[in-house]
Amino acid sequence: MSTRKNGSPQNADSDKWELRLYTAGQTPKSLAAIKNLKKVCEEHLAGRYEIEVIDLLKNPRLAKDDQIVAIPTLVRKLPDPVRKIIGDLSDTERTLVGLQLRQQS
Amino acid sequence: MGKPEAVLSRPKAQTQRGSLPKALTGISGLDEITLGGLPRGRPTLVCGAAGCGKTLLAMEFLLRGAEQFGEHGVFMAFEETEQDLVQNVRSLGFDLDKMVADEKIAVDYVRVERTEIEETGEYDLEGLFVRLGLAIDAVGAKRVVLDTLETLFGGFTNQALLRSELRRLFRWLKDKGVTAIITGERGEGQLTRQGLEEYVSDCVILLDHRVREQVSTRRLRIVKYRGSTHGTNEYPFLIDENGIHVLPLTSLQLNHAASSERISSGIPRLDQMLGGEGYYRGSSILVSGTAGTGKTSISAHFANATCARGERCLYLAFEESPQQLVRNMKTIGIDLGAWLKKGLLRLEASRPTLLGIEAHLALIHKMVNEFEPRVVIIDPISNFAAAGSAADAEAMLLRLVDLLKARQITAMLVHLTAGGNAWEKTDVGISSLIDTWILLRDIELAGERNRGIYVLKSRGMKHSNQIREFLITSEGIRLEDVYVGPEGVLTGSMRAAQEDREKAATLVRGQEIERKQRDLARKRAALEAQIAALRVEFEAVEDESKIVAEQDRAREQQITDDRSSAAIRRGADVAKRNRK
Repeated sequence: MSTRKNGSPQNADSDKWELRLYTAGQTPKSLAAIKNLKKVCEEHLAGRYEIEVIDLLKNPRLAKDDQIVAIPTLVRKLPDPVRKIIGDLSDTERTLVGLQLRQQS
Repeated sequence: MGKPEAVLSRPKAQTQRGSLPKALTGISGLDEITLGGLPRGRPTLVCGAAGCGKTLLAMEFLLRGAEQFGEHGVFMAFEETEQDLVQNVRSLGFDLDKMVADEKIAVDYVRVERTEIEETGEYDLEGLFVRLGLAIDAVGAKRVVLDTLETLFGGFTNQALLRSELRRLFRWLKDKGVTAIITGERGEGQLTRQGLEEYVSDCVILLDHRVREQVSTRRLRIVKYRGSTHGTNEYPFLIDENGIHVLPLTSLQLNHAASSERISSGIPRLDQMLGGEGYYRGSSILVSGTAGTGKTSISAHFANATCARGERCLYLAFEESPQQLVRNMKTIGIDLGAWLKKGLLRLEASRPTLLGIEAHLALIHKMVNEFEPRVVIIDPISNFAAAGSAADAEAMLLRLVDLLKARQITAMLVHLTAGGNAWEKTDVGISSLIDTWILLRDIELAGERNRGIYVLKSRGMKHSNQIREFLITSEGIRLEDVYVGPEGVLTGSMRAAQEDREKAATLVRGQEIERKQRDLARKRAALEAQIAALRVEFEAVEDESKIVAEQDRAREQQITDDRSSAAIRRGADVAKRNRK
């Protein structure tokens, strides 16, 4: 289950965003997280992001590799450094801070 | 996956009546205290301050479970990485890498870094459950360790959520039927910082690491164990190259088997003093005396006799190094070195002050377990008082004596009495524990110091009440009778002088007797001569009286004949009548 959208050539310094969202089944929290994530990406990273949603119930082994404890967890693989944002991403402000799309005020 | 073994171990773990199923830990001593291990299929909380051995205990529980009981395990580490763990347990003689490769143990390092995590709304810890579930399924785990779960509280801000998730986790673990150890840091005013004891209600073990007078002692206490009796004391434990050793300070029930077998002290005359046969096997013997009275020599004799019987002897020397002891004993004709080579004797030398008193006890316990000696000699016990308080030392010796008695090991405790103390008082008040008490004392007399030995008490045997002088010669200890006479108790050269004097007196007395006997013989001879003369005289008189009697009878006959012939002549019928 992966969604891919190609970004535009501007913002070359951080032109590609690789995001991975870990969920465990189709729980309301997971579904909310996916919805919220897409919304944020469309608003702030239109055209230059890539989201991979991983269901740990199907791929439990991946939990260890990315040190996943909480569900849902959003991992920003690129750009460096790796960031982790947990929760259903309903707090947009904090999500943007977590993704470093906005400085913490 | 080794399940038959696990089944086999169960009956052993369930010896208790109406029993809660238990899982043996395999940790030395812990299974004894818990009467069979940790509650099977339930979580146990192990808490304590940093560095008290929580992780190690948990790890050993897993490793031994996999190795000895065929129960595979999962170690979920929140603080140490897999590499760190592998290295840490390697020092305990376990090859964690191999066990992981053999799929006996699964290790999962969970890193929760507060600074890397941003919280944005609702979440749960399903990821943890997924990982744990995966690891459990991967190795077919029966045992799980979570070390240290409280790290989670540092990683997440939503405490209420964490608590509900933890409650869910413990329920989940129970549903899985795994025997789990959860470790927790000791907190202020409660067992763990985050009050984990609230969730783990079946069994709580508290570890403690105290330092008193620069000596550290580790202790373990079972705070609670629902549905099971357990030892409630604080038990000292050791961590060494073989893992954890908890000292099950015996229940102090006085139900040791009592052997009537006797074993030699190695000194024939001392055996004589002890009812002719020596000590009882499995008894405790105290040898006390002031400095230089020969306590170590007595012990060495006993060690020598033990090894000569082909039995193992553990000699704990707290004052001399093994080499020094061997050298010194050689000068009195005891070759301890030969027994060392044969492996019958083990000499362990250390300073009691090096370790805490409990640690020492645990160490002795461990050595006894490993070496399985029939005789343990501790020389001297007085040094233990230096390692802790007198009360501690007393308690420790009580436990030690009990421990050895329970195993029918004969214990010889050497006690150095401080000069000026009452002879019959030990600093360490253990005299009541002791079955046989041999007291060595200096006898100072006429500018000499000599050694006296006597049996102050010896339970269950007819022992000598006499003081003997004992000499340390190049052939070992020799006991001599002490001169006890009108001159008092004499020892050493005074005894020798007195003995000489007595010899002279005996000689004189002998001569006197001889003279008297000669006189008597002479008198007797004279009397006999007199008797002979009298007899001769008597015989002469008797002869004469015989002659006179003969003459009388002849004369009588003559008269009768004369009378008869006269009657015949007169024609009387007397003769006729006479003839009828």
